[in-house]
Amino acid sequence: MPAMTMVQAINNALREEMRRDDRVIVLGEDVGRNGGVFRCTEGLLDEFPDRVFDTPLAEGGIIGTAIGMALYGLRPVPEIQFMDFIYPAFDQIVSEAAKMRYRSGGQFTVPMTIRTPFGGGIRGGHYHSQSSEAYFCHTPGLKVVVPSTPKEAKGLLTASIRDPDPVMFLEPKKLYRSSREEVPEGEVLVPIGEAAVRRPGKDLSLIAYGYMAQVCLEAAAKASEKGVEAEVIDLRTLVPLDEPTILASVKKTGRAVVVYEAPRTGGFGGEISAILAEKAIEYLRGPIVRVTGFDTPFPYTLEDVYMPNADRVLAAIDKVMAF
Amino acid sequence: MVDALRVIRDDGSTDPRLDPKLSEADAVRLYRGMSLQRILDNRMLALQRQGRIGFYGPSLGQEAAIVGAAIAMEPDDWIVPQYREPGAALVRGMPLKELLCQLMGNAEDAVKGRQMPCHYVYRKGNYLSISSPVGTQLPHAVGIGWAMRLRREPHAVLVFFGDGATSTADFHSAMNFAGVFRTPTVFLCNNNQWAISVPVAKQTAASTLAQKAPAYGFDGVRVDGMDALAVYRTTRDAAGRAREGQGPTMIEAVTYRLGPHSSSDDPARYRDEAEVATWRARDPIARFRKYLEHAGWWDEGREARLEQEIGDEITHAIQEAERAGPPGIDTLFTDVYETMPAHLREERDAFVAFRGR
Repeated sequence: MPAMTMVQAINNALREEMRRDDRVIVLGEDVGRNGGVFRCTEGLLDEFPDRVFDTPLAEGGIIGTAIGMALYGLRPVPEIQFMDFIYPAFDQIVSEAAKMRYRSGGQFTVPMTIRTPFGGGIRGGHYHSQSSEAYFCHTPGLKVVVPSTPKEAKGLLTASIRDPDPVMFLEPKKLYRSSREEVPEGEVLVPIGEAAVRRPGKDLSLIAYGYMAQVCLEAAAKASEKGVEAEVIDLRTLVPLDEPTILASVKKTGRAVVVYEAPRTGGFGGEISAILAEKAIEYLRGPIVRVTGFDTPFPYTLEDVYMPNADRVLAAIDKVMAF
Repeated sequence: MVDALRVIRDDGSTDPRLDPKLSEADAVRLYRGMSLQRILDNRMLALQRQGRIGFYGPSLGQEAAIVGAAIAMEPDDWIVPQYREPGAALVRGMPLKELLCQLMGNAEDAVKGRQMPCHYVYRKGNYLSISSPVGTQLPHAVGIGWAMRLRREPHAVLVFFGDGATSTADFHSAMNFAGVFRTPTVFLCNNNQWAISVPVAKQTAASTLAQKAPAYGFDGVRVDGMDALAVYRTTRDAAGRAREGQGPTMIEAVTYRLGPHSSSDDPARYRDEAEVATWRARDPIARFRKYLEHAGWWDEGREARLEQEIGDEITHAIQEAERAGPPGIDTLFTDVYETMPAHLREERDAFVAFRGR
């Protein structure tokens, strides 16, 4: 079983799905000859010369035409080079792809998976670092998926491509090459809508997704040295959210810290906090605390200050353990 | 008046170099389609004023540029509408009652009362669902055509849009992608001179809209949009080239929106009646009738019977549609996803319990 980076696992998932289903089409900026700026689509053009397309530089055009392909019965997997560049396609995603099934009474559907790298950690400044997942989580009709390990990236991407509805597949670029994992050749499926308990613990619940799930694991290891056993929940799918796993954890531990990299206000972790407050408040021994990016644009030089890290999570753990 | 391709002359005869040589049956079918849209518009505007439907957007003046184009397409082709083309849906086989149910947003509406009136959809006729934002359908039409090419299926896509849409980013990217990937897309721009209150001269400094196409690497043709045969001929030829792999064409149908933008609009606020009168004199339906009469295919008696027949069909459809009640509460929650996720089930169940208290 080969050890793969997340980039390689994504490439492997795309290749295997393209072999399995000739309706799967890859399109985007630099995804063909160049193999994608992060190399996620490397070699696909050679194997599938009629199904991989370098497009003109227009995100609205990429998503708009991919929607057309999906309407006709194909399974397009458009790539938006950085999530920071997705906004020209925002209308096509939220008003067209997301609403097509509903507004046509189920007559037309858009089985499309939009892949895009998101989040900080590569010294990308304002425009190569944003975490814009909340906009899409706020749009009924979309599913939002965030892997955090190579093997699960393969399994979740495969499930996304096979999903009958439009999926935002957000790839934490900080994790693209940060580690390797054994990834089986052949079919790997991780169902959409299921969170994972990454580390069991009895004292508090750390809830995160993407790179922040790794940060939480690091924080949990350090907390353990101080005798605090944190349970780490990696959401993996934001919409539809696996509420039972979150609620079961918090009902057990009685404390919750929610960690996300995006700006604090209106972030998806706020929704998690609200669900816990509505459905588990009688189990809570202390406040639900958020550890997040700041309500600022994403910075260049002070990136490490902006991004939540294990120490900031540990400080939050101390805060809730005081109750 | 318009520097554009014309087929029907003022006396009802045709330009022999351009006449598509329709059979009597096809010519009458085209005329019927235009007449149906015209009569439907007038009836629906009245129905809206009576409060029996909430909103309506008429196509008055644009019948040739809509029905003439739609009828030129084959059944396996796709039609991607803007929002002013019920006439195109009807010639693709959409039953009048289904159209009325959409306007009423009732339980028998195919889109279950989720959309404002005039947002029709008709899958059986490859007639795509409509969204209100202008121009968004253009890249879809390119993607559908692209998919046809990828599947090696020799079909074409006809996409409708207006002069206002040519200002959008979606127009640019759709035209550009269509040119680069040579998609079988027929871009039919209904240049009806007005985007609500903004005249086309304020929409673009270009002297025509068709001239934009060559910049994307394909032809733009300007036709008299009040001439159904000119629209038919141009669309048929463009679709034929598209099916043969010769890529996209843009057609600018120069026409005029004789009525309001919608039942919520008062055009007297922004344009002169004198201008409207000039265009009204070029009515596309009257013009086509002259052609039919010149060919010996039409007379007062046939006209009277047609009007009666269409009027009765509409009356019957209204009566049928008005029998249906509102859509069930459940339809609020279905079709968001193929399978209803847990949080939506929870919201639905909580609301049903609240209603049942």
